[in-house]
Amino acid sequence: MSVRTSGRRGYWLYLIPSLLLFLAVIVVPFLMNVGASFTRWSGVGTPRWIGLDNYTRLLADERFWESFQHNVGLIVAMAVVPTMIGLVLAAALFDYIGKRFGARTASALRAMYYLPQVLPVAVAGVVWGWMLHPSYGAVNQIFGLDLDWLGDPDLALATVMGVMVWFQLGYPVVIFMAGLQRVDPSYYEAAEIDGASWWAKFWHITIPQIRPEIFVVLLTCTIAALKVFGPIFVLTRGGPGNATMVPSYFSYLNFFQKSNVGYGSAIATVLALIIVVVTFLFLRVQERES
Amino acid sequence: MRGPGRWAVLLALVVLAVVMIFPFLIVGMNAVKSPAEYSSQGPLSLPDGLYLQGIVDFWNRVEFGTKLWNSLLISASVSVLAVVLSVLNAYALGIGRVQGRVWILALFLVANTLPQEALAYPLYYLAKGVGLYDTQLSVIIVMTAIQAAFGTYLLSAVLGQFPKEILEAAAIDGAGRLRSLWRIVVPISRPTINVLLIFFFIWTWNEFFLPLIFLISNDTQTVPVALGVLQGEKYMDATMSSASALLGVVPAIAFFLIFQRTLTRGVTVGAIK
Repeated sequence: MSVRTSGRRGYWLYLIPSLLLFLAVIVVPFLMNVGASFTRWSGVGTPRWIGLDNYTRLLADERFWESFQHNVGLIVAMAVVPTMIGLVLAAALFDYIGKRFGARTASALRAMYYLPQVLPVAVAGVVWGWMLHPSYGAVNQIFGLDLDWLGDPDLALATVMGVMVWFQLGYPVVIFMAGLQRVDPSYYEAAEIDGASWWAKFWHITIPQIRPEIFVVLLTCTIAALKVFGPIFVLTRGGPGNATMVPSYFSYLNFFQKSNVGYGSAIATVLALIIVVVTFLFLRVQERES
Repeated sequence: MRGPGRWAVLLALVVLAVVMIFPFLIVGMNAVKSPAEYSSQGPLSLPDGLYLQGIVDFWNRVEFGTKLWNSLLISASVSVLAVVLSVLNAYALGIGRVQGRVWILALFLVANTLPQEALAYPLYYLAKGVGLYDTQLSVIIVMTAIQAAFGTYLLSAVLGQFPKEILEAAAIDGAGRLRSLWRIVVPISRPTINVLLIFFFIWTWNEFFLPLIFLISNDTQTVPVALGVLQGEKYMDATMSSASALLGVVPAIAFFLIFQRTLTRGVTVGAIK
């Protein structure tokens, strides 16, 4: 039986196990979630159909809007800032440290920047929760401060953002350094002959050349920031008050603590919609670029 | 830039690197201090000696051995199962090029980007219905589906460029499809398959949300869930917190050291595809 004569149909068989699993674990639960978002349901008993009530309630819910604003802050901390710092670091390691102090020095530094990324994000939260503790934490001791980093409503979100920058930074550095390896060195040589400064080379050669990597990093980190749950759960549980509430934690709260399953489902559905739209837009822009 | 300038750049990058690994250093340093030493000297002093009782006490208190075993069992099962499914799917999509493959791939991609919150409650409800709630198997099944979605996407791109001549030659020699997959496609794709195995293992190990929802009893919890849930509790003092942080950090660093090469290669493979 040759590949050609037997046609393509037989290959379907190989998809069956996954499609069944997908149906059970992703498609059906997602549809159930959307269905539940049109009901009032405590998780037990029969859900009561209430149409779009959960969604109209969402629009008027201040906590929901605040949680999305916090998401914007986390996109800055998890996607924008790490990408910007990561670009400078990757370029500095690649064409400055690597050339003057050896590739070993560059890759040792890269490994140190990357280290936080190997931690489970919940464990990173445990580590920082201890370091930021108001009475016995290391951070206050080092700087001689007396701040309640995670307990002060004016400070909590900024603190979480700082922790997330620390956590995320290594990822863009590694990706950008890999991307720089495919840039043709003759671009840099030509620029050097023209007497271009390091900054000019960075701006006019490095950044345009690794555009695809920048896109991928921004997309994956933005999605991660929209989904963020673990660090919020471990560091602040959304508090103090609502200071660090995010949609994923807000829906979790409605599902498992307030028994507002219908409302939680509506939040989760909106979040899913936003993520799919963001992904689609990014891919669209990327397609147009290339 | 020459003379002092180049050293200034190096110095700045080294200082940043020290800031990045500082939490690891300080966790290690304080996990071996006695409570008395911690309260008199604070977190910044170097430890006087090696006091391991705090770690031992914490280990026993949370039955850390059980948590390690659960994490290991779940991560290893998910990585193997998800790789098998990814290979089967990618064989059909990348080499078989079945009809509608673009749509199927898009479905897998969407499944991978969906927030877990949008699946969580129904999955929780269904798991209770079929008696899988609070079992490791429930997390294994769900995580396998999610990881396989990514694996399919990545491997389909790799197998889409598989040299067709080899498969045609095998078919002429009488090899069936399953045999070609097992004897030719899998061995040749080994490097990518290994990267996927390691990534699935580490991602599943690091997962928090779904295990938090499904695994509520002491006997089923994973390492991140056990530590994350303890974090908020009142009885945690300074030494116990640092012991718990250390026990969470050590396995992650061990994986990093063991898999470092594959990891750095894998991060970049995953990014570009």
